[in-house]
Parts: sequence; C-alpha cells; structure tokens
Amino acid sequence: MSGYSISEPSARQKWIAGALVVGYAILTVLPLIWIIATGFKTPNDAIAYPPKVIFHPTLEGYVNLFTSRARATPDMLEKLGPPTTWYDTIVRQYDMIITGPSRYGQRFLNSVIIGFGSTFLSVFLGTIAAYAFSRFKVPLKDDLMFFILSTRMMPPIAVAIPIFLMYRALGLNDTQLGMILLYTAVNLSLSVWLLKGFIDEIPVEYEEAALIDGYTRFQAFWKVVLPQAATGIASTSIFCLIFAWNEYAFATLLTSGTAQTAPPFIPTIIGVAGKDWPAVAAGATLFLIPVMVFTILLRKHLLRGITFGAVRK
Amino acid sequence: MTFEPRHPVADPSQKQTFRHRLSGLSDRTIAWIFVAPSIALLLAINIFPLIWTIRLSLTNFRTNRPYAPVKWVGLQNYRDVLSDVGVWHSMLATAHFLFWTLFFQVLIGFTLAYLINKKFRGNDLWTTIIVLPMMLSPAVVGNFWTFLYQPQIGLFNYFIAFFTGIDPSSFSMIGDVSLAPWAIVIVDTWMWTPFVMLICLAGLRAIPESIYEAAECDRASRWRQFWTITIPMVLPFLMLAVLFRGIENFKMFDLVVQLTGGGPGDTTQLTSINLKREAFEKWHTGYASAYAVILFVTVFGLASIYVKALNKVKDR
Repeated sequence: MSGYSISEPSARQKWIAGALVVGYAILTVLPLIWIIATGFKTPNDAIAYPPKVIFHPTLEGYVNLFTSRARATPDMLEKLGPPTTWYDTIVRQYDMIITGPSRYGQRFLNSVIIGFGSTFLSVFLGTIAAYAFSRFKVPLKDDLMFFILSTRMMPPIAVAIPIFLMYRALGLNDTQLGMILLYTAVNLSLSVWLLKGFIDEIPVEYEEAALIDGYTRFQAFWKVVLPQAATGIASTSIFCLIFAWNEYAFATLLTSGTAQTAPPFIPTIIGVAGKDWPAVAAGATLFLIPVMVFTILLRKHLLRGITFGAVRK
Repeated sequence: MTFEPRHPVADPSQKQTFRHRLSGLSDRTIAWIFVAPSIALLLAINIFPLIWTIRLSLTNFRTNRPYAPVKWVGLQNYRDVLSDVGVWHSMLATAHFLFWTLFFQVLIGFTLAYLINKKFRGNDLWTTIIVLPMMLSPAVVGNFWTFLYQPQIGLFNYFIAFFTGIDPSSFSMIGDVSLAPWAIVIVDTWMWTPFVMLICLAGLRAIPESIYEAAECDRASRWRQFWTITIPMVLPFLMLAVLFRGIENFKMFDLVVQLTGGGPGDTTQLTSINLKREAFEKWHTGYASAYAVILFVTVFGLASIYVKALNKVKDR
C-alpha cells in the first residue's frame, strides 16, 4: 500500500464528509438567513404561503422598527401634503403618519451601555484577580477559584428574588448601574478563569527580569504582563460582552422601562394587526449581526471561551 | 529611640524610597488588593442573595405584601414544594428536555466533529458557520422560532410538509401538547450542537497520530480502532461538554420562555419557568425561595458527582 497514510483520509472520504458537513451548515444557517430576509419583506410577504424566497426588498420593517405610527384620516393626509422623506412615503402607503421614534433605539443603547460597562468592569477586576491567582500564593486559592466558578451554577431565577428585593431597597431596580453591577458579577467567573489561563501561559521570567531591573510589582504588571496578555484580555472582553448582550432572565425580571435592554424588548414589538414580523426580524437582525461578526473574529479562541478555559487546544 | 526629620523633602533619595514603598507593596498585600474587589462583588451579588434566599425560604414572606407580618414557618415551604404535583411535573419536563437535548447534541455534535476532522477543503469556513447559532441571544432567536413554527406559513412546517407530504397547517409544534416538548428540544439542539461539536473536535485533534499507526501495525480494523482508540480518547472531552450543557439546560429559561412560555398548559414548564411564576407572578416568595434552594442543591449535587466521575475517566 504505497502512499497510504492514516492521517490523510482518502479523497472519497473527504468528499462525503465535506458534503455532509456543508449540508448541515446550510440547514443550520437557514433560520438566520430567514431572520435577515424577513426584515426586508412587507408584512404580507412575510406571512405568504408558500414561504417567499424571492420578493421585492423593502425597508418597511426597519421603518416600523424605529418609528411609532398612527392612522390618519384622508383629509388629514391631504392637509399634510405629499410625503417629504422616503420613510414618510413608505408609511403613507398604509394611510399612516409617523408620530415619533419608537423605543427600540433607547433599548439598543441600553444594551450597548450595560454591555460595555459590565464588560469593562468584569475584565478589569478579572485581570487583576487572575494575575494574583496566577502569580502569588493566595491562601485557599483553589477554594476561592472554585467558589468563583460555582457562582455560575446558580439558576438566575434563584438569586433573582433577593436581588430584586435588594435592588428595590437600594433604588437600583431598573437602572443601568444596577444591571452593570449584576452582569459584572455574573461575568466575573468567566473572566477570572479565562484570564488566569492566559496569564499562566506568560513566562514568569519576563517579570523576574523586569523586577531585577528595578521595576516595582505594579510596573512589572503594567508594562510587562498586560501587553503580553493583550490577546487574552481582548477575547475575554468579547465573551463577556456577548454574554451581557444576550442575557435575558435578569433583564426581564429587573428592568421594565428606563434600563430595559433589547432582548426582553424585541419580542414585544407588535404591529397594527398582530405581530409585525418584519419589524421583529429587523430588530433581531440589527441585534444579532454584531455578535455574528464577533464570533467570526473570535473563532480561534472560541473553544477556550465557551469552556471557561478548560479546553485550550 | 532616635528622632528623624519628619519631612525629608530636601533629600531626594529619601523621597525615592518613600515612593518606592508606596508602589512596592509586599506581594502579599498586592495579592489581597487584587483579589478583594472580585470576592467582595461576588459576596454582595451572589452569596448574600443566596443566604437571603435561604432565610426567606423559612418564612411566609410575600414580596407584594411587604408590610404583612412575617412568620417563621420552619421547613414547611420545603415540605410544600416537595409534595407539589406541579413541581414534580416541572422536574419531569426538565428531565425530558435534558435527556433528549443531551442525546441529540452528543450524537450530532460528535458526528460533525468526526466529519470535520477528515480535514476536507474549506472545513474552517463551514465550522465557523455551524458555530453561529450558539453565540446568539436565545431569547431573540427563540422568539423568532415561534414564527418558523407557525402552522401553514412557518418555514419549519413548510419544510416538514415538503419532505413528508403532511399538510403544513395540520400540526402546530408549539400549540400541540404532544409536539411542544419536542419543539424546544429541536431549537435547543439547533442552537447548542456546535458547542458539543467544538469540544469533540478539540478531543479528536488531541489524539496523537502515532497511536493509530501502532494500531495499524497490529492490524486492528478501522472499526476496532474507532471503538478502542477514538471513543475512549474523546470521552473526557465529551463528558466535559455534557457537564456544561447539563448545567446550562438545567437552568434553561430564556429560550423556552420565548418559544412556548411553558405551554401549552404546563407541558413545557421547566423548573426555571415554574419557579419564575411562583416568585414573580404568584409572589409566593417564601415558597419560591425554598424551591430555588432545592434546585440549586440539586444542580450542585449532581454536578459534583458528575465531576468525580469525569476525573476518574480522565485519570484512566
């Protein structure tokens, strides 16, 4: 059997494996494509039977997502004159007028503020804690590390009751600060565990050399360790951001108005007659696309992030 | 005892050591300064609430009646929870959901990893595409799946109709008592199979080539190699994936709440959803707290036993 290698599957095997995987991939990505496509349909196209694959794209869903509208009487429309903007034109087809912006922008902004705020805090706290766990003799180190991990096992609803009471007493209910603190605490386990793995991989010799050169511990940490850990810190940040971005259970229980994030809001978008699926799809698309981009950027560190650093590859 | 000048500003070297003392704290002190904020935050937002939950679970407190007299009821709430038919029904629904999601995700996830490991051209690209659903917001995606599951107009029903010839308006995945438990299994499997796949892939790639070469020399068949080398070597990874998915799905809330809301009736009312109703709709705070403690102890206990088994497999 010349030229036979075990590591190299035969061309036929590769072809079959490739076809099966590509088939699965197409099937699995179909719902996502459907979300994006539905966002560009008219409400009638969205609920057509058989499902419409070819359709005239329209921005109706996006206009409906960002505006609140009201039905206008014919003479009222006449008084207003012809529509002045392209989004006016879309709305007028249905004898409606735009009465103002919808709440989606505000909810999206909340997601951004809470996401970035909690990510910054949890990665900052996680980095220094991970450095200490990695380099110093911390008493009860293993117990503390396990304690930090175990906080992740609690069902969110189980701790939500006292947090709800506590936040109500402190005035943190439905505030951005309250949500930032909460998500920071939830993400801390991930950031400490991941970052400890990344810092463990940086050779101690670098710091020792710096310390001998007269650097203080802080300086060595700041000027030697941090730059080395930059990739790890970046990917940990993205994981924390994605978690905070996607979180729903706490958000739906602890926020209702001013601090509500997008996940509890998007499913509540309704149109004039029942659910406005194109608007929901448009809202979902705008909300999901950033995560898809991040996932593609992160693909090398994905495994590490989802297993809390247990599998490093 | 000697007295030294208090403000040795005139002496630059003295100033240097003072600054040095400020930033050159002992390692032990730095370690505590670095760890303390994290521990403090976790104590405030995780441990303190947990202790509070335990305390509440021993009372008849109701959040919507904060001024009513609070009575100490001992373990009565725990007895009530454990003798509640609804709770056991939820446990059963959770068990069904857990078992079948893990079953399908392990089966499909491992198969995919095995196929991707054949290293066909472009496997990186397709792996990334398969991974996408896993990273998305379960609530937002779950909500959209209710659209895909619509009888008649839904894409899912259309597909089933297309391949089986059944009338697409004749069944409703989330409205039918016998189908709803499977509707949530399908979406969870769609979403989380890539998680198991990625971990299995890491396991497969960690198997040294030389083991297969040695087996080849011993004339072990491909089939035998698969069962005596591949499976045992991947098993610790697979078990780790099951641990993560098990804990996550035991806590499952967002995806299912958006998909079925626990319905129809209470067929897909998983424990987290049931708990949410008791705590935030019926406001049985004391009762719900006892329920929460029971759930936490269950997941913690099961996970600990499982980790022990995992370590045994790893050490083998």
